[in-house]
Amino acid sequence: MHLQVSNVCKSFGHGTQAKLVLDQVSFDLHGGEFLALVGSSGSGKSTVMRLIAGLDRPSSGSITLDARPVRSPGSDRGMVFQKYSLYPWLTAAQNVAFGMELQQRPRNEIRERTAYFLEVVGLADAARSLPRELSGGMQQRIAIARALAAEPKVLLLDEPFGALDIQIRESMQEFLHQLWRQTGLTALLITHDLEEALLLAGQVHIMAPSPGRIVRSVTVDLERSDMARLRVSSDFLQLREDLAQSLRSLEPAGRR
Amino acid sequence: MSRSDPVPLATARLRRSLRHPWTLGVLGVAVVVLLWFLISNSGVVDKLFLPTPQAVWAAGQTQWVSGILVKDALASIQRVFIGFALSAGLALPIGIAMGTNVILCRLLEPLMALIRYMPAPAFIPLLIIYFGLEELPKVLLIFIGTFFFNALMIMDAVKFVPRELVETARTLGGRRLPILTRVVAPYIAPQVLDTYRINMASAWNLVIVAELVAASEGLGKRISLAQRFLRTDEIFVGLIVIGLIGLMIDLGFRFLMRRACSWAN
Ligand SMILES: Nc1ncnc2c1ncn2[C@@H]1O[C@H](COP(=O)(O)OP(=O)(O)O)[C@@H](O)[C@H]1O
Ligand SMILES: [Mg+2]
Repeated sequence: MHLQVSNVCKSFGHGTQAKLVLDQVSFDLHGGEFLALVGSSGSGKSTVMRLIAGLDRPSSGSITLDARPVRSPGSDRGMVFQKYSLYPWLTAAQNVAFGMELQQRPRNEIRERTAYFLEVVGLADAARSLPRELSGGMQQRIAIARALAAEPKVLLLDEPFGALDIQIRESMQEFLHQLWRQTGLTALLITHDLEEALLLAGQVHIMAPSPGRIVRSVTVDLERSDMARLRVSSDFLQLREDLAQSLRSLEPAGRR
Repeated sequence: MSRSDPVPLATARLRRSLRHPWTLGVLGVAVVVLLWFLISNSGVVDKLFLPTPQAVWAAGQTQWVSGILVKDALASIQRVFIGFALSAGLALPIGIAMGTNVILCRLLEPLMALIRYMPAPAFIPLLIIYFGLEELPKVLLIFIGTFFFNALMIMDAVKFVPRELVETARTLGGRRLPILTRVVAPYIAPQVLDTYRINMASAWNLVIVAELVAASEGLGKRISLAQRFLRTDEIFVGLIVIGLIGLMIDLGFRFLMRRACSWAN
């Protein structure tokens, strides 16, 4: 699996109203990697993700998945949103099955895979619950299960934990890390939370706004077996502080 | 407190039954009927203008026994149902199409918004000229009076489907038609039912108006006949029956909504 984003620019609007939102964004993502895009709100993170998902087209530049250009949405790129991530009229199990049904997989296969992925995200007991009966964290886990069940080559996560309380957030970060280790999925995570990116991703790209661009890229090589300890380890804190500095220096003077 | 003390128990029961959502509504109706009973029987108002509840009940019974009441009600109900079914059935695909297609929306919305504000009863003379005095003009009147509201309200419901729900389906490999039937349709179902419930009330208004103008049977027709013979008791019967049927339909829609769209509550 190789996702290649090269020299992507995106502007919205026409003529004098045109606004450049992404400027020459390039990066690569290979099978099994976990990559994070970090940046303040408005730095164009969601736009990058929408372009990769095929929900929008770049103004210039190219996006290819295994050397094939991305032209429209497809089940090879699964997506999890922060809000409205589940269909409120479907139970957890029906939500997980939804993508596979759209793909018109055989009934038996759908049933088995639904049970399997509910198990993978640890929510087999919630199979018959409606989304509103589930906590925010559980809902996001179901949304991830639904995306994985459709067998994407890459999982796109747009601030999936952005709306959750801090404790739940931490346990969800733990969960996502375990999931990545166990299933070998390829993930692209968007977040404005530097700590979250450093805890989870092997590659972190920092984005700056107006126009949105990647200003710094780091390879994160940390021992992640004990995440609670990692959060307070000096290596981690130092790296976080270093990057937080460069993020702060990007803020326009007035907002500092 | 000892069990032999009945007063707190009684007040507790009273308080509990007062808390039932329907209690106050029933009370409100009862008070009005009681006032009506007292005033009409006191002789302050001429019985010709304000018939007593007993007289209205008796008139209703007469109409019931002779079968006129059922025949009239069925005639009106049939018109409402045919006209409204046409309106609702056509408004659904057109409203969804307008909600999902910008070009169609820009093309039709101004036109429909304009017609929507033309009072439907004003079409009656035209409809009579075109289609005579039979069933068709009455059914069409109900159609004209509700279709544009139905379609525009459904269009709005479609526009407010959260973008994420549609886009998630697209990233799962969903194409246009499955997204319409499996994402848009279920999401708007509660609002569509509510739209129908609200516009059904206009359908009832319109059928009565149409029958007042020209009809051989129907609840509106009965009211206009009663007027000719100064039978205010029969007018009251007509009004009350119309109100009750409307209320039943309203409750029916609410029931349907609770059963079919429990996720939305
Ligand atoms: N469809 C659009 N039309 C116009 N401007 C948009 C659109 N989508 C995003 N933008 C603008 O692009 C910028 C980046 O948005 P976004 O990608 O959502 O940033 P982020 O996800 O990092 O918060 C914002 O200034 C936003 O206003
Ligand atoms: Mg965003």
